[in-house]
Amino acid sequence: MSNRAKTAWLHFGVLALLFVLQFVLPAYHHGNLARIMVLASYAIGYNILFGYTGLLSLGHALFFAAGMYGMGMAIHLFEASPAPALIAGLVAGVIVSVAVGYLALRTAGVAFMIVTLMFAQAGYLMILYLGAYTRGDEGVVIQQGERILWGIDLSDPTNRYFAALALFSICLIFTLRLVQAPFGKTLIAIRENEERARMLGYDVFAHKWAAVIMSGTISALAGASYGLLFGYVGATFATVQYSIFPLLWVLLGGAGTVLGPLVGTLFMFYLIDLSSGVTSAYMLIAGVALVLLTLFAPQGLAGEIRARVWRWLP
Amino acid sequence: MTILTTRGLSKNFAGLKAVQEVDFDLPKGQIRALIGPNGAGKTTFVSLLCGRIAPSAGTVVFDGQDISTLPAHKRINLGMAYTFQVTSVFANLSVDENVALAARRRFSGSEVDSAVSDALVKVGLDGRRDQNAGDLSYGHQRLLEIAMGVVQQPRLLILDEPTQGLAESEVADFKALVRDLSRTATILLIEHNMSVVMELADKITVLNFGQILAEGTPAEIHADPAVQAAYLGTG
Repeated sequence: MSNRAKTAWLHFGVLALLFVLQFVLPAYHHGNLARIMVLASYAIGYNILFGYTGLLSLGHALFFAAGMYGMGMAIHLFEASPAPALIAGLVAGVIVSVAVGYLALRTAGVAFMIVTLMFAQAGYLMILYLGAYTRGDEGVVIQQGERILWGIDLSDPTNRYFAALALFSICLIFTLRLVQAPFGKTLIAIRENEERARMLGYDVFAHKWAAVIMSGTISALAGASYGLLFGYVGATFATVQYSIFPLLWVLLGGAGTVLGPLVGTLFMFYLIDLSSGVTSAYMLIAGVALVLLTLFAPQGLAGEIRARVWRWLP
Repeated sequence: MTILTTRGLSKNFAGLKAVQEVDFDLPKGQIRALIGPNGAGKTTFVSLLCGRIAPSAGTVVFDGQDISTLPAHKRINLGMAYTFQVTSVFANLSVDENVALAARRRFSGSEVDSAVSDALVKVGLDGRRDQNAGDLSYGHQRLLEIAMGVVQQPRLLILDEPTQGLAESEVADFKALVRDLSRTATILLIEHNMSVVMELADKITVLNFGQILAEGTPAEIHADPAVQAAYLGTG
């Protein structure tokens, strides 16, 4: 079997497994997995920029929140139905990532991290400042009646699970195609050696900018879906915490691997979930697990598998 | 017909005049060697040509077009290729992918594969396609650099100390390769290995303290007393 065929089998296998799990999982884990798939989509967006292009952003909550608020405000202020609201979220994500990418990419390295962090903080404060519309910290609840997409009630757990799976599948297949295409390979080249890529005639700025836009737009789509599927749009999702989460998920799962974001999100979600059942100091257990992983699996879970077993893993 | 011309090309680094008012003409199809003592400004000069660094003053004309203000990637796309002095391959990517990244600037689809194969055969690395570039020996990494230059089918190929670290037998292969390339490309070669320079170059330019000290055929340069004093030694 060629590497490409193995890759296709593995990734479609994962999607098929997620599909089947819907019928066997108990309600609690079923709900968790729906949430994990949406968050993993966010991590997939983050991974395009961090894992494949080598740009560490500390401000991705801005994109997640742009999508979430673009969707939420369309419903809250303009009584839009879910489909146009989702599109509004997507458009908000595109606009914000075009602008932030253009400005932030004038910097590199640590400066890029700080600039993205500052943009995200500005976005968070903007949400609070415009409290008259956004309801600030309290946020906006999207009512059940406002969450019916093409006759499908997204507040129903089964529908929600399938919607999350659909979103995750789109993001997964998109990244898989991306990293196998010349464009994605150029992003990897830029990550590996930017100056060399430039001296091969690649327009490095344009490629990085496109990566920010793709990454930000996928993050925004995840944010919009999260708000719609779980019925709440709040300023918490724009805080720095939500910029750090995708970084952790991707690092744990394996930066620069297509499945890493899912693996990392799943791992971290259940690490906190299980340890909080044992002790109230659950963050301590999570912290120790993170330190151990960083020490013994620095490339993340999927990254280690690639380094040791499946060298063809994209 | 000249493919490359510079006029008054200069670069200062905080007061240090690395390259000073260089007027340089390179005719099409020539193999030109650029020699000079360490710190003479050779790498700085070619970096100004291909846009890696911006000049303090002066102009660069490539094939009739003033490219002084063009960014590096646009100059490369006009038909220049540059191989790095310090080996700068994509260490974590396969040999194959390294060359493919260079080839995709000019080819698409299945043409990429055949262009990559051709280039790797030319430099003798076709047996190592699946290895990680970082696992190659230093000499092989140099050859990979050259393959990445060759595969772009450039009109002007700038080679920055290509034979550094190559074994004697590899140097002989390299000479043959450059002769072969010179049928389709103009070649500008920074080189310390005098046997390579004397055998390959149609003309030699000697840089010293950022200025052109002498220019001429290998025989003329070899006999030039100023060059001998500055660089070649009296032996």
